[in-house]
Amino acid sequence: MITLLRVLGSWVIRILRMMGQMFIFLIESFSLIFVPPFKFDLLLRQIRFFGSKSIPVIALTGAFTGMVLAIQLYYTLRKFGSDALLGPAVALSLIRELGPVLSALMVTGRAGSALTAEIGIMKISEQIDVFITMALNPLRYLSVPNIVAAIIVFPLLSAIFDVVGIYGGYLVGVKLLGMSSGTYFSQMEHFLDMSDVRMGIYKSVSFGVIVAWVSCFKGFHTDDTGYGAEGVSKATTEAVVMSSILILIWDYFIGSVLL
Amino acid sequence: MIEIIDLEKSFNNQQVLKGVNLTIADREVIAIIGESGGGKSVLMKHLIGLLKPDKGKILVDGADITSISKAEFDRIRERFGVVFQGSALFDSMTVFENVAFPLREKTKLSKSEIKERALRALEDVGLKNIEGKYPSEISGGMKRRVALARALVIEPTTIFFDEPTTGLDPIILNSIHRLIINTHEKYGFTGIIISHEIPEIFDVADKVAMLYGGRIVEVGTPREIKHSKNPVVRQFITTCKEEPVEIET
Repeated sequence: MITLLRVLGSWVIRILRMMGQMFIFLIESFSLIFVPPFKFDLLLRQIRFFGSKSIPVIALTGAFTGMVLAIQLYYTLRKFGSDALLGPAVALSLIRELGPVLSALMVTGRAGSALTAEIGIMKISEQIDVFITMALNPLRYLSVPNIVAAIIVFPLLSAIFDVVGIYGGYLVGVKLLGMSSGTYFSQMEHFLDMSDVRMGIYKSVSFGVIVAWVSCFKGFHTDDTGYGAEGVSKATTEAVVMSSILILIWDYFIGSVLL
Repeated sequence: MIEIIDLEKSFNNQQVLKGVNLTIADREVIAIIGESGGGKSVLMKHLIGLLKPDKGKILVDGADITSISKAEFDRIRERFGVVFQGSALFDSMTVFENVAFPLREKTKLSKSEIKERALRALEDVGLKNIEGKYPSEISGGMKRRVALARALVIEPTTIFFDEPTTGLDPIILNSIHRLIINTHEKYGFTGIIISHEIPEIFDVADKVAMLYGGRIVEVGTPREIKHSKNPVVRQFITTCKEEPVEIET
């Protein structure tokens, strides 16, 4: 019993310590965003890393998500005689929910994991120590540009996901299932308003912060998870798992608050 | 001047440093020798501020770097250069970008001045026409030279070398040692070298300190160390397998 309590206690302490470290990491990174010198070159590089390199995978996922949505929703809506609402249903689902969430999950897999691995390798090869010994804050170079880039890029990727998804739904609904193109699009204007778009933007901005924050933190703390290459591999896995879980939890939370 | 006073450090109840005392004079090159896992790198990490001691002080020109603010320590650290064991070059940057990095980030020099100083530092360590290469494209010996050039480029008052020749063949090892001697003559820095290379390091250092059992057990000139009567020092420098130090087999 005592052993069980000890194990449980050490686990709780470890979790609490990690949460504290993560929180301090985020606060420190955020405070550096507003303190010069600003690293615009690094910011542009990370926008390219998170953004333009993710467009193909986001477009592909968006297209198929829209197509699947259209098939499933058409089937359901037809049962209620409301198949004319397919366009708005696809658009609402994508803009409010699936666009931000799925694009964030895709970028976590593509860029978040790479980011953790890159910073983790810098950590184990003492490259991060080089910043410290030069009296430079490594967060300014490795965390801040990623967080700012993610804040800029995630809503844009989510928008691409939404647009491609809506056209994916159009392909299935209009070209395959024979709906009229006018019905598909005209109803959208009716049912969608700016609050839906704003909700999508809030979500994707916060998901961007989560992905960049968790990925950078896990890279910086690679030696907490293990040694050498094994440590990097574990940190990368943990970053993807933790980012994905936090995205889904935060999605529920923000969705229920802003609904 | 750097003074280490009663420095202690433990990791997971294992005491690595048990009261290290050492004084390093300005412009002196001191080699810290000792067994593997004996705490030499831990001692160096304290000197450059990567670790905080459990007890003790480290005075750099009178300022205790273990208790001053980060901003004050950063001002002192700006005068430090560090050559890490694995070189620790930024692998996403070219050789030139690596050497120019401290100048770009810490000075307001113009692009042309940065270029001139970085190329001069590379030339001082015997490297030419490799500025555009990435660290993965050059040999281990070259990486150490680039790391030294990166440390030298800001003209520091103190350079820390963490096992700068580990894993290098004897010819490259001697060339790196010669380089430390030559650059020390030119730049006049205080050099602190963590090393295993006995007896080669005796040709480089003005003073040698032996770290054993978490303490500095002997300090002296290379000549004094070579003729030391301390059995631990004798065993270490003659690579004898008998007592007092147990050798892992």
